[in-house]
Amino acid sequence: MCGDQNTQPGATRRRVMSAFLGGGVLATFASFLYPIVRYILPPPVADLGVNEVVAGKVGDLKPNTGAIFRFGSSPGLLILASDGTYQALSATCTHLGCTVQYREDLHQVWCPCHNGIYGIDGRNISGPPPKPLQAYDVHLRGDEIVVTLKREA
Amino acid sequence: MIAAIIRWLDERLHLEDLIAPFRHKTVPVHRLTYWYFFGGITLFLFGVQVITGILLLLYYNAGANEAFESVQYIMTKVRYGWLIRSIHSWSANLMILTAFLHMFSVLFLKAYRKPRELTWVSGMLLLFLVMGFGFSGYLLPWNTLAFFATKVGTAMVGQIPIVGQPMMIFLRGGQQVTGATLIRFFGFHVAVLPGLVVVLIAIHLFLVQRLGMSVPPKIEAEWVENPSARREMKFFPNFLLREMMAWYVAIGVLGALAAIFPWNLGVKADPFGSAPAGIKPEWYFLFMFQTLKLIPSKVWFIDGEVLGVLGCGLVALLWLLLPFFESEQPSRPKRWITGLAIFALMYVTGMSVYGFLAK
Repeated sequence: MCGDQNTQPGATRRRVMSAFLGGGVLATFASFLYPIVRYILPPPVADLGVNEVVAGKVGDLKPNTGAIFRFGSSPGLLILASDGTYQALSATCTHLGCTVQYREDLHQVWCPCHNGIYGIDGRNISGPPPKPLQAYDVHLRGDEIVVTLKREA
Repeated sequence: MIAAIIRWLDERLHLEDLIAPFRHKTVPVHRLTYWYFFGGITLFLFGVQVITGILLLLYYNAGANEAFESVQYIMTKVRYGWLIRSIHSWSANLMILTAFLHMFSVLFLKAYRKPRELTWVSGMLLLFLVMGFGFSGYLLPWNTLAFFATKVGTAMVGQIPIVGQPMMIFLRGGQQVTGATLIRFFGFHVAVLPGLVVVLIAIHLFLVQRLGMSVPPKIEAEWVENPSARREMKFFPNFLLREMMAWYVAIGVLGALAAIFPWNLGVKADPFGSAPAGIKPEWYFLFMFQTLKLIPSKVWFIDGEVLGVLGCGLVALLWLLLPFFESEQPSRPKRWITGLAIFALMYVTGMSVYGFLAK
């Protein structure tokens, strides 16, 4: 009964058993965690794929005013400028996603959250916004004001 | 690395002092030791309920017009939603089963005797709360069976003389079971009951820790006769590791049941529809349900229904106070309590089976 010969295989066996046990427990936890992570992340909502909406009727807006309309699942801003031309923009501020509004006193688009200012064409003029607002095409169909995504040039 | 973090924490918080009582705790080893596992398994299943319950809250929507659809959404659209809900339902039922097994084992092993009367009382209150969880949670998917089970269950409360009607209106949030009832039950299920249960579990575990494990009188007598037969194991880590193996088995059974027999959703409740034929409560209320069905509509001059409800309440109260009827002399336990326990087990099992088979 020499100590060296007996403890060596015993210690190895113990290590192998520990590895099996630890691996089994880890695998069990992984099998719990995987469905939970998949569950927590919400299922994707189908994109409505809107590229054209009726934003209003001619005569709804007075010159030098703006109104919010629904463009798919996000808000858009329709402006009737003082010169009588229509302009449609995405109403989601490019800074942190607040909904912008048309300021009649400034003749500009304003985001109240962090005082971001855009021009009527959507250009970012002052404040924190890093990018211009996305501009949409506007045309009239009868007395309906139709807004469409700009065609890629 | 981990050892270094533990050392750092121990230097500051003296964790060793906190663990010390658990190191001293021992568990008696004898032929009935495995009955000690059921309290722990019940606690483990409660943990499963907390986790899966929080997960269900991410998508559940209380309200008569949204509840059914939101559970439907969980089961059909959310990835693994069917599994999470199925585990929540199965675990609830298994938890009630293990809680009952735990109660009867405590009764037959006479673990409720002095000095553990309060442990029994806190345990019984926990059992009542767990049944309250079952009753309130059952309504949340707002399906036909749940709707009528709630109607009948709350109407039974309404039978109690004097306080019954106000209690029923409190539970229902009005005269009828409506969306208002659903919102209330949701509040009870996710806020009121969990708060109460956590406090009671803390008290129950403190008492178990404080008083140690009970040795059944028969085995204690054997040990007194033959002191060399006395065996104990350390709670930490020896018993805890065995307990965790029991939990592993429990989660295996739970996972298999939930995956192979997913809990179904039923049909959306219609408050103006007729009750479906063969309607029955959940299995753990069946013995009471069947008892009430057997009582005639008039007993002497008392309404049968009132008699049944009051009888159930009285039995529950006496059951809660059972340890106080037991003799304080460990050598002379009251035999009628054991007889009563056997009768209760047979009655509950028999009536449940009868209720299950009856048309």
